[in-house]
Amino acid sequence: MLIKKAEDLKSSEITPKSLYMNRRAFLTGTALTGGAMIAGIGVREAMSPSVIAHASANIDGIQKSSFSTSEKITPYTDVTHYNNYYEFSTDKEGPADLAKNFKTRPWTVTVDGLVKKKQVLDVDSIIKLASPEERIYRHRCVEGWSIVVPWVGFSLSELIKKAEPLPKAKFVEFTSANDPKQMPGVRVPVLDWPYVEGLRLDEAMHPLALLCFGMYGEALPNQDGAPLRLVLPWKYGFKSAKAIVRIRFTDSQPLNTWQKTASNEYGFYANVNPNVDHPRWSQAKERRLGEFLKRPTLMFNGYDQVASLYSGMDLKKNF
Amino acid sequence: MIRYFKVAVFVACLVPLGILGWGAYHGDLGANPIEKVTHSTGDWTLIFLLITLAITPLRKLTGQLWLIRFRRMLGLFAFFYASLHLTTYVWLDKFFDLHEMLVDIGKRKFITAGMTALVLMIPLAITSTRGWIRRLGGRNWNLLHRLIYFSAIASVVHYLWLVKADIRKPLQYAFVLALLLGYRIVNWAVPKPEPSAVRNTRKGPPEPLASE
Repeated sequence: MLIKKAEDLKSSEITPKSLYMNRRAFLTGTALTGGAMIAGIGVREAMSPSVIAHASANIDGIQKSSFSTSEKITPYTDVTHYNNYYEFSTDKEGPADLAKNFKTRPWTVTVDGLVKKKQVLDVDSIIKLASPEERIYRHRCVEGWSIVVPWVGFSLSELIKKAEPLPKAKFVEFTSANDPKQMPGVRVPVLDWPYVEGLRLDEAMHPLALLCFGMYGEALPNQDGAPLRLVLPWKYGFKSAKAIVRIRFTDSQPLNTWQKTASNEYGFYANVNPNVDHPRWSQAKERRLGEFLKRPTLMFNGYDQVASLYSGMDLKKNF
Repeated sequence: MIRYFKVAVFVACLVPLGILGWGAYHGDLGANPIEKVTHSTGDWTLIFLLITLAITPLRKLTGQLWLIRFRRMLGLFAFFYASLHLTTYVWLDKFFDLHEMLVDIGKRKFITAGMTALVLMIPLAITSTRGWIRRLGGRNWNLLHRLIYFSAIASVVHYLWLVKADIRKPLQYAFVLALLLGYRIVNWAVPKPEPSAVRNTRKGPPEPLASE
């Protein structure tokens, strides 16, 4: 019996992109019938083709990862047309169009602060630091919706190790691009630009923390944070900074943008936690895009392996 | 003539619902259809509330008295979209979980505000008939229907309190509402020079509604 190893199965072999991009055509008419709604069946779950394909891979040599979930992957069009990227728009459907001409090359990332090797790296040299892996992660937004995305990248720790942080370094701060010429959102002071995020060094070194430059086997689309972003699946989505231009190592806790904006609502840690509500809404449940009924939110978004990072901490205080 | 015009306005008021229905039928409401329905019905509630509140100032400023004949319909459409908005919350967001909803109403300020706005609209919808105007008398009816001011304020506050950081859109609604309420305050505060017998357009509803 021939058993194809997962690595041998090219994602492009599963379903042609044109087919799954057109999937809405399959749903026409039947999609929102009252019966399905009353029965509480996830509408798309019931109707869409059972196999969700990836786009034709243009990142070579992508390895599978044991961190991947086997849950149903959210359709590419949803992940690319429904996301928060305030540098382009506060409307979740806005970034797809507004980011389409965003220039992601040439692109450099400044690595500085408390490291031995302060340097300015070209993004293409960063991408080559380690071999790319596909990590199919759950992604939970602080607003209460979630998706499952096959990201491509490698552990952030690979880059950090090469930067050689000094013993004094306890935190890492990430700064996102802030270009008013290309990003209409930063012309409006909705947030204090540039967007800044941060992690404790041990969080950043956790193998789950992904330095991401692709998804669905392809290079990261502009609206999803190209050319380089973080993906921290156990934290709310806003922690996963997009379009990173600077990585700085510090000895004091960085003040991340959302905490600066509303410190009573958004903390430094922002770990997914169904027991700690956002002051204005419950975090106990989430709506997985494409599903009709809400599902319970899991502690650390189901990534229990990070729990030891926070042992002994009061997560109600350190939200 | 005005009857045909009324039919046209009635149909126009249903267009937002039609667009949603069309989108739902074609699976074209985006990645999060439930959120889209919630936001759209909420937006249209506010828009209809503001249009309703604009009738009296418009009528007084332009002298177009016939405008008043559309006020009830527009107000009822505000209530209609508010009810749809509530339905999306009760059904699609909370799945009829009464306990969770009660917790929400008590604990989440923006839900409290939204609920207040809706509850204040209920007596207005009920007493919108000619029979109720007669029963209450024009004066009491007018007094009762001032609740719409508070309902509109609560609606805008509901919106302001729920957004994450970008308050531009709720502020636009707040600005229009402030103009409409400001007009009334000025009207009320500035004494009228002409004798009251000349104009009887200060409080609109009973007279024109009775002519329907």
